[in-house]
Amino acid sequence: MIERNFEAFRDPDLAKGLITQIRSRSRRPIRLMEVCGTHTVALFRSGVRSLLPDTIGLLSGPGCPVCVTAQGEIDAFVALAQRPDTIVATFGDLLRVPGSGTTLQAAKGEGADVRIVYSAVDALAFARDNPEKEVVFLGVGFETTAPTIAAAIFSARQSGCMNFSIAAAHKTVPAALGALLGRSDLKVDGLLLPGHVSVMIGVAGYRPFFNASQMPSAITGFEPTDLLMGIAELVTQIETGRPRLYNAYPRAVTEGGNPKAMALLEQVFAPADVPWRGLGRIPASGLVLRPEFERFDAFRRFDIQIVDAPEPKGCACGQILTGTRIPPECPLYKTTCSPIHPVGPCMVSSEGTCAAYYRYHQASS
Amino acid sequence: MCLAIPSKIVAIKDDVATIDVDGVRRECSLLLVADAEVDDYVIVHAGFAIQKIDEAAALDTIQLLRDTADFVEGKSKVHPLDK
Ligand code: SF4
Repeated sequence: MIERNFEAFRDPDLAKGLITQIRSRSRRPIRLMEVCGTHTVALFRSGVRSLLPDTIGLLSGPGCPVCVTAQGEIDAFVALAQRPDTIVATFGDLLRVPGSGTTLQAAKGEGADVRIVYSAVDALAFARDNPEKEVVFLGVGFETTAPTIAAAIFSARQSGCMNFSIAAAHKTVPAALGALLGRSDLKVDGLLLPGHVSVMIGVAGYRPFFNASQMPSAITGFEPTDLLMGIAELVTQIETGRPRLYNAYPRAVTEGGNPKAMALLEQVFAPADVPWRGLGRIPASGLVLRPEFERFDAFRRFDIQIVDAPEPKGCACGQILTGTRIPPECPLYKTTCSPIHPVGPCMVSSEGTCAAYYRYHQASS
Repeated sequence: MCLAIPSKIVAIKDDVATIDVDGVRRECSLLLVADAEVDDYVIVHAGFAIQKIDEAAALDTIQLLRDTADFVEGKSKVHPLDK
């Protein structure tokens, strides 16, 4: 029964209703930011982008976890991978991100033991199976991912696993949105808020940010009708001049979010000022391990410093992540930078805006 | 990293569920959700179930979509979002 219901979210007839509504209501040109990298890809892949009227411009935001990882953090990851008797485990997207010197993938080619995992729990299994090695999980991601890392740390502590640690470069979304909207060069009229970060932090997680900014906002899911519903809602808010914080994904997102996951996150991590690519250092926007979990902190354990480093020369990733440019406006796009030879992380990650444009833009325009 | 498609729990052993994602079987941890049961649909991220799908809310949204479609076809006078 419910399987059939889920298919309704891809029903072209229901999508058509929303598209007609958007077309009839959208009068003045607006710019909407899809904060989440998964939205960027879904908007292209589902064809939704090509169905929108010319009045609606879509920009990417700082919601691709690998892309917002600062250059200095990437360098620290590579330094960890280059340590002897160490296995580093991570999600696949990080491997080809260029650091200042090299990539994790190139380090692997030179003998570093770098493994791709689907979950932090898999990395913990490596630690149990390789007691003579240090296993370091490279943790990037937002509030969706950080609780999964916290759960792995709890399991490690419970089982007395001593050779497992986390290089935590986790970041939190509302803090970045606050910093972003404070910028004078930002021209955005509404935000599609990320569905799965919202699953965790709930509608309530954005309330302070929304109350301060009064920026039209819609929490949005990933199916075609979800995307269109979020866009239709924002168009209405903007046209009527009545901003609100709307939940267009209520089957997954509640007011309070996932309290069990957030409690775990808060037990393990504390907020910290961290660097973001494109946004610089943002107060209380990162998650570092609390002192009682210090022994799981790979940076501390192996004395690896995160040093500010310049981003790749000519790469406009920083501007793309802040919605001030789109990939075709980067002089390196499709010239020296491509998915085979990426210059910046936005061309590497499966959620990266440059990669999404490279793959889908021609077809859809 | 995000799986947009909900997965159905087909079996549970301790804190690990076997899930079915469009016919493919996988495992995921249930440590981050409360009271997940067999036959529930969950959203899975990085090997963990992160939320149960609220079926009643899903049906409400579908109704809203149907009402919108009816409105734009002229079958109803009041826009559902304006109700
Ligand atoms: S196209 Fe390449 S160089 Fe240009 S912004 Fe994107 S990742 Fe950076």
